[in-house]
Amino acid sequence: MKKKELAVAALENGTVIDHIPSSSLFKVVNLLQLEKLTGSVTIGNNLDSNRLGKKGIIKIADVEFPEDVINRIAVIAPHAVINIIHDYEVVKKHEVQLPDELNNIVRCNNPKCISNNEPMPTRFHVENRDPIVLRCHHCERTVAQSEIQLK
Amino acid sequence: MSSVRRGLHVNLKLIKMNTRSLVSISDLSKQEITHLLDVASKFDHNPNQRLLEGRVVATLFFEPSTRTRLSFETAANRLGARVIGFSDASTSSQAKGETLKDTIMMVSNYADLIVMRHPLEGAARYASEISPVPIINAGDGANQHPTQTMLDLYTIRQTQGTLENLNITMVGDLKYGRTVHSLLEAMQFFNPTFNFVACKELQMPEQYKQFCRERGLAYHETTDFGPDIINQTDILYMTRVQRERFSDLMEYERVKNVYTLTASMLQGAKPTMRVLHPLPRVTEIAQDVDDTPWAYYFEQARNGLYARQALICRALDIQVP
Repeated sequence: MKKKELAVAALENGTVIDHIPSSSLFKVVNLLQLEKLTGSVTIGNNLDSNRLGKKGIIKIADVEFPEDVINRIAVIAPHAVINIIHDYEVVKKHEVQLPDELNNIVRCNNPKCISNNEPMPTRFHVENRDPIVLRCHHCERTVAQSEIQLK
Repeated sequence: MSSVRRGLHVNLKLIKMNTRSLVSISDLSKQEITHLLDVASKFDHNPNQRLLEGRVVATLFFEPSTRTRLSFETAANRLGARVIGFSDASTSSQAKGETLKDTIMMVSNYADLIVMRHPLEGAARYASEISPVPIINAGDGANQHPTQTMLDLYTIRQTQGTLENLNITMVGDLKYGRTVHSLLEAMQFFNPTFNFVACKELQMPEQYKQFCRERGLAYHETTDFGPDIINQTDILYMTRVQRERFSDLMEYERVKNVYTLTASMLQGAKPTMRVLHPLPRVTEIAQDVDDTPWAYYFEQARNGLYARQALICRALDIQVP
């Protein structure tokens, strides 16, 4: 049997986001604006996962995100797991939690919605969590999980 | 993170700025609806009350709607207000590319209240969030038209003496018709029984049937429009079946005639039953119905004046004696 190796190096301090569906990995990168970080960021994709088949993982050195920021990724990776690492040890581990309201994260699918025609932030209420159903605060239309598009 | 925090801060500020706008019928509680109908009734008895002397009401119609605009402007005039505005976006600076926000901010410098109709859905909600003066939604695309719902409720109560425990039959385009959707939402407080009569293509959307189920409101769904349904009905709410909703014009021609109400169909109707229609009607109510005691759609349109007077006074926090 092949010896199991770490696909990416262990982190001394920072955040590991695990169990991201492969198809959402780069959306998560964009949503958290990781391209603006100057510290080391390790991104792995299409890794084997018992739960998801293929998964993505992101390791961000020396950064911890506020809860309200990290939870925004729940809209595209509802079961992603956040690990906070201190001195190579996992000190905190939890699944992301979709907030009740999403401000300027999701785009409305209704082309006749004012939010697609005016320079303004979008706002969505979470009507259901599993599967995710969002309601546009402005035009009142619902968006199903499979239809969610980020701004 | 800072942008998220800033967003929250702005939202809180907006909520404080303006709480008297009316964007959607669901903004009103049962008590508020009942109170507003009582106020409308006062205007029904005496429409000329100069309660808005010295005030300015702006009517911003980014898409034309003659009936609704005239009704609002008459309401404001009979209350003694002055009216400014436009009836077509091509004559406003929106045609030059101005944003809705800029138009609202500019007009709110001049007017005490803004009544707006806009072709885009959510436009009134957005305007109510940025405007320092109250907004009354006079229709935002296919979304909401709460003053129509208030005049429908007023008419139902006027003709039946109550809003409670009524049998309400909705006929025609139940899929796209925003008036039936808003009426259904508003009637949730009054224990109605609904009959949804429509062809397969235009049936009541699932979300509204679910709305009924969640609140324990009885409804029956059928494609048959005949005496069986009509004879048990208190309010027969007819709507226009629009040709553009059909991909198959043959189907439109068939459906159009199936859901047409004629005087002969009303013979077994309750004497207190009334036929309502948000107007304009085309062929769905035959002309011979107009002369029957059941026809009430023109009186219903007149009630729009009283309902809008009541809503204008609510928006400006004016007590009606």
